[in-house]
Amino acid sequence: MGTAPASRDVTSYGMGLAAPLALFFLVFFVAPLLQLLWLSLHNDTAALHWGLGQYLHFLTDPFSLSVLGSTLLLGAEVTAVCLVLGFPIAWLYQRVGPRLQTIIILIVLLPLLTSVVVRTFAWIVILGRQGIINATLQSLGIIDTPLKLLYTQFGVVIALAQVQMPLMTLPLITALGRIDPNLDDASCSLGAGSWRTFFRIVLPLSLPGVIAGCTLTYAAAITAFITQSLIGGGQMLFMPMYLYQQASTLQNWPFASAISIIFLLAVLAVVSVFTTLGRMSRGYGGA
Amino acid sequence: MADTPGGRSLVVDAVTHRYPSGALAVENINLDIKGGEIIALLGPSGCGKTTLLRIIAGFIAQTQGRIIIGDDIVDALPPNRRAVGIVFQNYALFPHLSISENVGYGLAARGVDKASRQREAQRLLELVQLPAMAERLPRQLSGGQQQRVALARALAIKPSILLLDEPFAALDKNLRLDMQIEVKRLQRVSGITTLIVTHDQEEALSMADRVAVLSHGKLEQFGTPSDVYDRPQTLFVNTFVGSSNRMPGVVVSADRTAAKVRLDAGAEIIARPAGGTLSEGGRVTVCIRPEHLQFVGDETGFAGVVGMSLPLGATVVHEIKTADGAGVKISQARIGETRALENGAAVRLAPLAPSLANAFPATL
Ligand SMILES: Nc1ncnc2c1ncn2[C@@H]1O[C@H](COP(=O)(O)OP(=O)(O)OP(=O)(O)O)[C@@H](O)[C@H]1O
Ligand SMILES: [Mg+2]
Repeated sequence: MGTAPASRDVTSYGMGLAAPLALFFLVFFVAPLLQLLWLSLHNDTAALHWGLGQYLHFLTDPFSLSVLGSTLLLGAEVTAVCLVLGFPIAWLYQRVGPRLQTIIILIVLLPLLTSVVVRTFAWIVILGRQGIINATLQSLGIIDTPLKLLYTQFGVVIALAQVQMPLMTLPLITALGRIDPNLDDASCSLGAGSWRTFFRIVLPLSLPGVIAGCTLTYAAAITAFITQSLIGGGQMLFMPMYLYQQASTLQNWPFASAISIIFLLAVLAVVSVFTTLGRMSRGYGGA
Repeated sequence: MADTPGGRSLVVDAVTHRYPSGALAVENINLDIKGGEIIALLGPSGCGKTTLLRIIAGFIAQTQGRIIIGDDIVDALPPNRRAVGIVFQNYALFPHLSISENVGYGLAARGVDKASRQREAQRLLELVQLPAMAERLPRQLSGGQQQRVALARALAIKPSILLLDEPFAALDKNLRLDMQIEVKRLQRVSGITTLIVTHDQEEALSMADRVAVLSHGKLEQFGTPSDVYDRPQTLFVNTFVGSSNRMPGVVVSADRTAAKVRLDAGAEIIARPAGGTLSEGGRVTVCIRPEHLQFVGDETGFAGVVGMSLPLGATVVHEIKTADGAGVKISQARIGETRALENGAAVRLAPLAPSLANAFPATL
């Protein structure tokens, strides 16, 4: 006793402690990714001839490009809907009593507590031709023929937005909670109305949360295979399903790999734009 | 109402506030503050100071009563229309805006153009002696500097009333004194009616023209610092403002101006009936400040035995045990070699003057 140093610098701990996780990543993440890359660099399905043919094919094929485009657009739409709906919820959360706060948190978290498949089927029931919305509108005499809601971009966006909402709301709640309530009062006592206070004080200070929420929602929305394909149906094709078809149905593994890599790069590009914005806004939050 | 060029009068008229939770935070407070006065709201933690301040600023709508600024009843006005400047205890500077933008914020809300805003911000920053900090962010400033910025920001809107909530609580002692002098200087220059919330009695007594002492949401006394210190109206004020020995006793005889009290410590002394007239035979608590006691050589005063002596720089405080077992503190100026008091020595004590012993009806 007494020989061990009283406290050790965190950085002096051996990297050995990180080895299990590193190994896990190596085996289950890096290796498959390398294999994917290796596969994508072959021109034929049997993966015998090297070449950039798969990438060329994707980047010159209008259909493939339109799938990529509509997927990225879908992500943007879902993120926008989540932000517009999630911000008021987060804002409300900071202004109600503790009992209502519990209820709001419960409602926000509820989507996370049920399976994606169940939630998605619930949306089918709601949006379908004979679904709740159409039945209600028809019985009220507002419409004669059922609206087409299922298998549309609108349907996919709404369903995804509901599913991904917690990813937006939780970071927003955290960010808004870190804003000193006195700042609101200070702004108000200096003569600012509630809109000026919101746009000059609350919104800028919550930007780190906005950006975290957008990044999470976006990444989750464009990769949400189940919801995209069940609500989108056969007519709507997005990258995850496109990839799945190429790999599973057509057994074209090199092309599927190339799609994966391109998709990955596209997502990384969007996410890094978000994080750059986030880093720029980090200057706020402090204090 | 008496308004000075810089500041308007403020009347707190029978204001009561009960929080939705049921807590009665402020009860029937009446304050009549002249334009240009500097007032301290003094009281222990939880007595309702912040609540009263927030009612005046308009952040809380009081349950009952009225707030009148100048000639206007402002109860229906939201905070952004009251022209009340407020400095928060934690300064509440906008962390993402530069110092200059912070100070100019209120002007921007009034539609003042950018150039005039910056000019005015610079003028105010010079006033609070921080001219070189305009482009910094709040977190790049020290606590005392942030305090000055908060003050400049509140002054920028030319408020008719300035409210300061425990403005110096977070500052260390030397800086606190600097800022107290600074605020008083600015207040004199601008003539703005100023209300300072504090639980530091020295601060209240040194800065304010008048002090309002609060306890449990009620106004105990509202008067000049010397009123509050020398002529306290309640036992609470006497013990909260400055330190005081509390000595129980029984009234032997009393009229409006003087009462003869037999102390439990075993002596008869003359005291001032502080909380109204006293009834003969009633139990009272006599308060005497340590610095208002003296050692006496003759048989007047009450007897005691010296316990501990604490040299506190300019004064020495002796703790004396009296016959009834209570402890009494006496403080003496340390001039030359003070008479060394041995532990256990028998002494006699008496108040310097009858008016310096305050008798309050005992509340049992
Ligand atoms: N939002 C609130 N809801 C319910 N009760 C409150 C609320 N704010 C304050 N109170 C209660 O009202 C009373 C007065 O509070 P207030 O904050 O005005 O005290 P204070 O004099 O400013 O104290 P301190 O010196 O500690 O700041 C306290 O008993 C407090 O518990
Ligand atoms: Mg307070």
